[in-house]
Amino acid sequence: MNRTIATTRRVLTQIAHDKRTLGLLLVVPALLIGLVAWIFSETPVFDHIAGQLIAMFPFVTMFLVTSIATLRERRSGTLERLLTMPVSRADFIFGYAIAFGLLALAQSIICVSWAVFVCGFDPGDHVAVFVATTMLNGILGTAFGLFASAFAATEFQAVQFMPALVFPQILLAGLFLPTDQLPRALEFVAHLLPMTYAFDALTEVTVANPDMSAVAFDNAVLGGFVVVLLTLGSLSLRRRTR
Amino acid sequence: MNTEPSSPAIRIDDLVVERGHTTVLDHLSLSVEAGSITGLLGPSGSGKTTLMRAIVGTQKLTSGSVTVLGHAAGDKRLRTRLAYVTQSASVYDDLSVWDNLRYFAAILGAEDDIDGVLAATDLADLARRRVGALSGGQRSRVSLAAALLGGPDVLVLDEPTVGLDPILRASLWDLFHRLADGGATLLVSSHVMDEATRCDDLLLLSSGRLLAQGTPAGLIERTGTDSIEAAFISCARGGQS
Repeated sequence: MNRTIATTRRVLTQIAHDKRTLGLLLVVPALLIGLVAWIFSETPVFDHIAGQLIAMFPFVTMFLVTSIATLRERRSGTLERLLTMPVSRADFIFGYAIAFGLLALAQSIICVSWAVFVCGFDPGDHVAVFVATTMLNGILGTAFGLFASAFAATEFQAVQFMPALVFPQILLAGLFLPTDQLPRALEFVAHLLPMTYAFDALTEVTVANPDMSAVAFDNAVLGGFVVVLLTLGSLSLRRRTR
Repeated sequence: MNTEPSSPAIRIDDLVVERGHTTVLDHLSLSVEAGSITGLLGPSGSGKTTLMRAIVGTQKLTSGSVTVLGHAAGDKRLRTRLAYVTQSASVYDDLSVWDNLRYFAAILGAEDDIDGVLAATDLADLARRRVGALSGGQRSRVSLAAALLGGPDVLVLDEPTVGLDPILRASLWDLFHRLADGGATLLVSSHVMDEATRCDDLLLLSSGRLLAQGTPAGLIERTGTDSIEAAFISCARGGQS
């Protein structure tokens, strides 16, 4: 456990030293939400899609940051060094997941505050659940990033995994068209992807009298994806390589 | 000098490592005595790093066995007793020297060693500096400092003195000798032949095969040459050992 905490502290110290990355992580999503609110300022659209947008940013940013960070660990030799030390794969994986989970929490608090107080978004009666779901999405992005970095040999490849792995999820999750209006085959695919459940939860929780059991189910599915992806990611950390 | 010591720190039997269709290590057998400094010499591409990774336990073996301190290489019990310094500094560039050491010390449970290894590697004045802003030689010393945390029994160092000025190089070799005098076993690779004379024992590696093993003086005498470099060439040409 101490080694997990030490890893979390180390990852957060690295990010803290990189002021520009920290600023981009925390401020850019809020600014983009402001931009969307402005675009739709003369229509009622923003209230419908704000939840989904707020879900998207932690997922995308944490995916990118984690996949690059772990790729750097692999390539700089620090991962190889760590794996010759008494650190378990779980220490490493959870160390990262906690660090980026905390960042995702900070990011979603800033995002939600901005959307509510500046853009006039109504998050409904369950703000805490809304923020927690957003944070879970950030952790999901971290889990995806850890998993994807195993398949990337270079930073170029890691960045290209975003259009390959992230965009289809966003397109199918209901950003343009609700999933139940998709062609049958795509609707089926959409329900195999975690983003669909994230969008669903964040849309449901903001409506009047939300069905909280549906929100809980969505979050349970997201949690399941996190566990599976972190497990797969940890299998990619091999102490012995060719 | 090839007589078997009672319990060598590292023992390798008939080790073969193949990568794709190339044989990187070709039926290697050798042993490294405890409490000594063994130099691993060979040209670039001779398999030095692969041999070191096999000893550390990060290399998949095709066949043969590698035993360190009586355990199979890579055994859990070796993770606090063996330290490995890769050729390029494996430290975090975006952290300070101190933060790097604090992290690795936390992993090893050796927080009290940080000041000691900073002093031993002559880094105390640079402790607050970001590693990425240091020179190449300073960065590799940070990597070495991290390996010294917890006082490992076996140190595997891949070209630790590359890019260092002569004074610093001499002070590192003094440090290596102090560690060996304290009972640690060091395996140090180099392609600089003049470092060989500072070692107790030498392994000459070429194309994945062990050309010769012996003391620097012994190898020179056996080959009838006047330097390690000449002895290496003689071994490589004639296959004498």
